[in-house]
Amino acid sequence: MSDPGPADLGPADLGPVDPVAVMGEPDASGRFGRFGGRFIPETLVAACGELDTAFRGAWADAGFRAELDGLLRDYVGRPSPVTECHRLSEAIGVRVLLKREDLNHTGSHKINNVLGQALLTRRMGKQRVVAETGAGQHGVASATAAALLGLDCVVYMGEVDMERQALNVFRMRLLGAEVRPASSGTRTLKDAINEAMRDWVATVESTHYLLGSVMGPHPYPWLVRELQRVIGDEARAQCRALLGGADPDVVVACVGGGSNAAGIFSGFADLPTVDLVGAEPAGGAAVGRGVPGVVHGSKSFLMQDEFGQVREAESISAGLDYPGVGPEHAHLADTGRVRYEAVTDEEVLDAFVALSRTEGIIPALEPAHALALVLRERAALAGRTVLLNMSGRGDKDVAQVSDILGPDAGASRRLHQ
Amino acid sequence: MTEPAIGRLETHLRARRDGGRKLLVPYVTGGITPLWTELLRAMVAAGADAIEVGIPFSDPVMDGPTIQEASLRALERGTTPATILADLRAVAADVDVPLVAMPYFNLVFRAGPERFAAEAVAAGISGVIIPDVPLEELGEWEPAATAAGLETVLLASPITLDDRLAELCQRSQGFVYGVNLMGVTGERAAVGEQAGALARRLKRVTDKPVIMGFGVSSADHARAVAAEADGVAVGSAIMRRVLDGAPVEATAMFVAELRAALDAG
Ligand SMILES: Cc1ncc(COP(=O)(O)O)c(C=O)c1O
Repeated sequence: MSDPGPADLGPADLGPVDPVAVMGEPDASGRFGRFGGRFIPETLVAACGELDTAFRGAWADAGFRAELDGLLRDYVGRPSPVTECHRLSEAIGVRVLLKREDLNHTGSHKINNVLGQALLTRRMGKQRVVAETGAGQHGVASATAAALLGLDCVVYMGEVDMERQALNVFRMRLLGAEVRPASSGTRTLKDAINEAMRDWVATVESTHYLLGSVMGPHPYPWLVRELQRVIGDEARAQCRALLGGADPDVVVACVGGGSNAAGIFSGFADLPTVDLVGAEPAGGAAVGRGVPGVVHGSKSFLMQDEFGQVREAESISAGLDYPGVGPEHAHLADTGRVRYEAVTDEEVLDAFVALSRTEGIIPALEPAHALALVLRERAALAGRTVLLNMSGRGDKDVAQVSDILGPDAGASRRLHQ
Repeated sequence: MTEPAIGRLETHLRARRDGGRKLLVPYVTGGITPLWTELLRAMVAAGADAIEVGIPFSDPVMDGPTIQEASLRALERGTTPATILADLRAVAADVDVPLVAMPYFNLVFRAGPERFAAEAVAAGISGVIIPDVPLEELGEWEPAATAAGLETVLLASPITLDDRLAELCQRSQGFVYGVNLMGVTGERAAVGEQAGALARRLKRVTDKPVIMGFGVSSADHARAVAAEADGVAVGSAIMRRVLDGAPVEATAMFVAELRAALDAG
């Protein structure tokens, strides 16, 4: 079985893109174009249906929306500001604006999704959540929301990641969550998802699976994107205020599973003049490799071998260390509405240092991927305005980066003209 | 002596059931050892009525630790769907019970459903169980299976609602696979209450053979679960023995014990 077979079709010919239709609701089968769906065991079918119904009801319920908005304002600190990067912009000749999700409580965009799903958990009458985590950001956000709402929380984390991110393991435990090691397979994020799904199959009647990105079976990719849409909606209004009524020329975000990118893109997808660009890690570029596959409940692009065994991703950033990508991103790549590019770990380190030194903002390694792409493309972007989703802060990454950069702390990594 | 593949699984199981026999469907992870087809033949000799052949996948979300470990070991040996099918072709002539392949969907999707189905049939496989393809996604696979003459076995869970259970029984081919419990595969101290309740619900709505699996770990379990259904599927209890290094004869002996317990009723 070595020739690629029909699963290897290139991008479908979908005709002209309808800009208003992009980033709407998936169809009844949970598909965005040819991607998405609900590839799950029979035991989970009812729960996905229940979640879909609960979310539709909640999203149309002004009381639910008011409670979530209140938490986002008073607990998370929203709206997150948009910061203009004066020194960086001058240095590279591109006007760079940052959407500051790094200033959220718990330090990243993950909390937006988590609070929405935690409220949904309560609305469904469930008392327990399970979550997966890679770097620990989604796990910490889940443990935080569980503490806030008094829910039981179990976080699955690959054994390898538990060693790499020991401090986040402690944070989750301090917040009252139970952290369980995923010791099978590659012992990283994808295996943590496997373990969370295995837990859920056994406990689905009392437990909600609090998935951390725009992936998994329908309705998760859509539901998580809607919960992250607040990033894009806020940013669109903030940019218009800042730019005298104009929109940015380009919106760029890093793509792991794709939730921060989906959140910010959804605020701009209907504006044909705004280019949308996703930055994938070179070692985890599921869209870049362009091979469709099915894992963890949906059809999307997936890193795999010729027989369909899932490959391990490799990235400097644990949060992007995932061999798949959310199905809507696969569709946005298909239609051409979003362009996806892969950046290397070296480029990411340059960007990490550059933003720290020019703006006094230490980014997480994940959004440093988005900045790396802007730095690489700065000649082509000259004179344009770029909005970048600063999805998280770099505190969690400082120990790792200090091991790589040493006492010089990146002083020799100057921006090359 | 090979019969046509079309409908063979259901015809065979019905005939044996209608003859008053409780059905025994043991599982083996394809490629788990170099001699895995020896084990397959020994299980047939020990009284299996059909055999499930697991096609190992990197991310088996419906499987507990034993079958995860078995899958990993098989993959580390270099097992691929192609090597499993080649091994099966070599023994097909002396295996006189139907074979049911269990891949996860990505293995099928990557090969292309038509090609996967055609190659499975060519290797003597009669039926396919894909645990991550529920009714809603059956359109991704069923047309290819039907065209190739493969029977697609569907799984029912303890919380599947009545309407859906009826539809599922109607669409399932070969037999209906009842999942005994909420959870993944793996040995348990007890199978639990839900198995009997689901088996009774299934028997009320279908005349197709009803085989109950997940958690069946001993001869006693097998007898108790089969009492409410047409038979049992046994996986982890067999694969644990293989992983522990039991010789083929010892594992086959366990299958013979299961057979004896079912026959004693
Ligand atoms: C700060 C930050 N950004 C991005 C990601 C990647 O996730 P997604 O692609 O879903 O936004 C993570 C994941 O841990 C993260 O912590």
